[in-house]
Amino acid sequence: MQFMLLFSRQGKLRLQKWYVPLSDKEKKKITRELVQTVLARKPKMCSFLEWRDLKIVYKRYASLYFCCAIEDQDNELITLEIIHRYVELLDKYFGSVCELDIIFNFEKAYFILDEFLLGGEVQETSKKNVLKAIEQADLLQEC
Amino acid sequence: MHEEVSRGTPDLSYCLADPMRIRRASFPKLQSLRPEVSGFKKAEPGGPGRAGSHGGGGEREGPDEAPTPARPGTRKCWGERSGVETESRMVVTSLKLQDLIQEIRGAKTQAQERELIQKECAHIRASFRDGDPLQRHRQLAKLLYVHMLGYPAHFGQMECLKLIASPRFTDKRVGYLGAMLLLDERHDAHLLITNSIKNDLSQGIQPVQGLALCTLSTMGSAEMCRDLTTEVEKLLLQPSPYLRKKAILTAVHMIRKVPELSNVFLPHCAQLLHERHHGVLLGTITLITELCERSPAALRHFRKVVPQLVQILRTLVTTGYSIEHSISGVSDPFLQVQILRLLRILGRNHEESSETMNDLLAQVATNTDTGRNASNAVLFETVLTIMDIRSAAGLRVLAVNILGRFLLNSDKNTRYVALMSLLRLVQSDHSAVQRHRPTVVECLRETDVSLSRRALELSLALVNSSNIQAMTQELQAFLESCPPDLRADCASGILLAAERFAPTKRWHIDTILHVLTTAGSHVRDDAVANLTQLIGGAQELHSYSVRRLYSALAEDISQQPLVQVAAWCIGEYGDLLLEWSSEETEPLQVEEEEVLALLEKVLQSHMSLPATRGYALTALMKLSTRFHGDNNHIRQVVSIYGSCLDVELQQRAVEYNTLFRKYDHMRAAILEKMPLVERGGPQADEEGKESKAAAQLSEAAPVPTEPQASKLLDLLDLLDGPSGNAQHPPPLDPSPAGTLAHLLDLPCAPPSPAPIPNLKVFEREGVQLNLSFIRPPGISALLLITITATNSSGDDVTHFICQAAVPKSFQLQLQAPSGDTVPARGGLPITQLFRILNPNKAPLRLKLRLTYNHFGQSVQEIFEVNNLPVETWQ
Repeated sequence: MQFMLLFSRQGKLRLQKWYVPLSDKEKKKITRELVQTVLARKPKMCSFLEWRDLKIVYKRYASLYFCCAIEDQDNELITLEIIHRYVELLDKYFGSVCELDIIFNFEKAYFILDEFLLGGEVQETSKKNVLKAIEQADLLQEC
Repeated sequence: MHEEVSRGTPDLSYCLADPMRIRRASFPKLQSLRPEVSGFKKAEPGGPGRAGSHGGGGEREGPDEAPTPARPGTRKCWGERSGVETESRMVVTSLKLQDLIQEIRGAKTQAQERELIQKECAHIRASFRDGDPLQRHRQLAKLLYVHMLGYPAHFGQMECLKLIASPRFTDKRVGYLGAMLLLDERHDAHLLITNSIKNDLSQGIQPVQGLALCTLSTMGSAEMCRDLTTEVEKLLLQPSPYLRKKAILTAVHMIRKVPELSNVFLPHCAQLLHERHHGVLLGTITLITELCERSPAALRHFRKVVPQLVQILRTLVTTGYSIEHSISGVSDPFLQVQILRLLRILGRNHEESSETMNDLLAQVATNTDTGRNASNAVLFETVLTIMDIRSAAGLRVLAVNILGRFLLNSDKNTRYVALMSLLRLVQSDHSAVQRHRPTVVECLRETDVSLSRRALELSLALVNSSNIQAMTQELQAFLESCPPDLRADCASGILLAAERFAPTKRWHIDTILHVLTTAGSHVRDDAVANLTQLIGGAQELHSYSVRRLYSALAEDISQQPLVQVAAWCIGEYGDLLLEWSSEETEPLQVEEEEVLALLEKVLQSHMSLPATRGYALTALMKLSTRFHGDNNHIRQVVSIYGSCLDVELQQRAVEYNTLFRKYDHMRAAILEKMPLVERGGPQADEEGKESKAAAQLSEAAPVPTEPQASKLLDLLDLLDGPSGNAQHPPPLDPSPAGTLAHLLDLPCAPPSPAPIPNLKVFEREGVQLNLSFIRPPGISALLLITITATNSSGDDVTHFICQAAVPKSFQLQLQAPSGDTVPARGGLPITQLFRILNPNKAPLRLKLRLTYNHFGQSVQEIFEVNNLPVETWQ
């Protein structure tokens, strides 16, 4: 995976995870263009689109779009599973998660993602293990 | 239930005893992010703790999955935002993160938000400089939020370093996050964290080591990777799976940055493959994949683990079901997909490895149901692998069939990947894909255009000589209803396929005709040339073609390519059109006048392109030899266009006119049927023949002539009375050289059929003059009069000249007469067009002066036209 973006229906960015080195300006440009492209899609269209030389896999959950950019040889269907797994993790952690949870606790969203993916690859396929790791880290936090 | 709001006391929001106890305003509408599979749950606003488990509902694992986290105090506490909060904010020097977020979201305009953030950033900067180090992580968190909104945050980079270096876990957590967000290899500062990472990797507690590895794998530059190789390697080998899996994936990243490091990590892979922990195994497979992709030597090296991989996957598929790793009954699809991918790389172009995995692939392909997305993902990867390695033929067919099944899946995404993959396979495994042709054709009806586009490409690729007719039917149906951006591709696809596989010429012509009528404006330019070529060559079908084209044209003259071809055909084979053929199921009775009228309609239509008009004009001309009636109508039209604004049309009209007048004896020869043009040779220019001949006859391009003042009669005395002086009409000079032309500045207004009756204005010894009137619909002030001089007497009328005068407020222009001789006994009459502009809508008065020679005498007649119908000027 090259990057993952979470954004609202109004195009506001809620999370950005970049696994490739790009300048701030480039990141902003990509974000802007991609958000526009995805928001322009009609609701019944399929979850995949080709954009520049990447494959984009996106899925909308309530008011949030989860958008991943993968390479040509990556499997789109499994990327959908990755997105779904991430949402499940958030859901488990926050308890019936909604966009506001992610807005007000964006650091937590990052921490959870970092326990699930590393360097753009899946590191842990057990939901239990991921949540356990977060739990332990949370316990360590001092005041 | 209200929560106590602290005023001015240290921020409690990160209090660890209750990490989830976060104050939150109650928002009336909260939408749950519950995965769609389990349905949506609306979060209830306000109200005391929504205690009770959420874990039960609709998880995909099933009934015995893990209960909700048992951590004490995990339940969120919904509290109402207290109104006094705003006051307390004034007292505290800077906002808490939650409050800041709240404020920013409350800002009504961009400017307000900017102001707020600027103020806050100032606070943050101040705090960085000399604030409490214990608060630093909070300040950075705020900065990171602001950064996500798009505001600059580079002044926080140093703070990241400080936080990372701090011993407190909270600091490190936020610091590393900041490093991942704010620092990248473009900034020199990034190297400064290398040391901290090194320390953390070697001496930190597990979570800290985890953070360090994570950061390194996200933003680590090549230098950093080189510096930290040893530490990462060490972590690779120590027992905790938590760290091993992270270290392995960090190694993947390092190899991507510094390929030479492959040598460091390669030796460990063999050992790691024996791991049972899914995360570690997954990381290992990923690492091996990366190594193999980078180096052919590594690829060769790892071919020997193919049996081991096969075994791992087999175990996973058959007995490896574990609740915590499974998704909808599929054991760890992430791991399966990764293994399959590695197998693909190892089996590519390698007979032996491919053979080893054959059975396994068949097993996976058959044992996995195509139910949910997870299983489809595994099947998809299996298909990709089968197609890429040297697999047995049967296996390939199995793979294509899986894709065929995907096409029937109700999930759009599955259909999409199937279409994409089939498109890639259609060349290599054509017959296997052909079997799924009906399903592919079904996909043409997709509502999502990205799917229907793929379906179209695939359908076109599947057309062959045996299915051409059925496919063309489907594609034509699609053409009628498809979205506009696919029209051009579809049209040209059909035409191309027709060209390659047409069973009969007649079918071919029918197909092209159909495409032209449905999507005429979208076909490529050479379609017209191709079709005329095709028709020209099929002599037995001339009659059929011209009839079909005539009918099509009669219905619709808007599709330019169709009109052009039809016009050409009618011109060439007009005589066949009139014949009544008994073979036709629907005999078409066509009158000459109808045909001429239709062509005129095309000429006059504003939808016709200049090229189309050219076709129509030439066709009309050709009909003058094909049809048997008198050619008055044709001559009339042709002469009108002699003054058309379009130079091309004007030239043609002038040349044709000349053909009529001066070279009538050659007309038939020039306009005879076209010979068949060699395909690929210079495309026959419609007027190639005619214009070449005509060019020799006529002079060069039209030249405006001065009104010949000397020839102008003084008509001033003709129209006395209240209307005052008559105008001096500038008569055209009918010079014997044959070059006519006077570029009129009036637009070539198409005369419309006018109901105004003709008027006979003069008769003397068999010589008659008739006027016909036309009021073009678009221009209300314009009146076109055509005078026709006929001769029923026994002697020729020669040197015939007609001049006209109108009252002062009118403008009169005379076009060139068709000639100056009317042969005896009903010979070809002379026609001339007058253009009268009547802007004031004044009553029309017209005086004519005729001079000619008849029966050896010169005749001159001057008279005013009486009984002019009132419609001519109202």
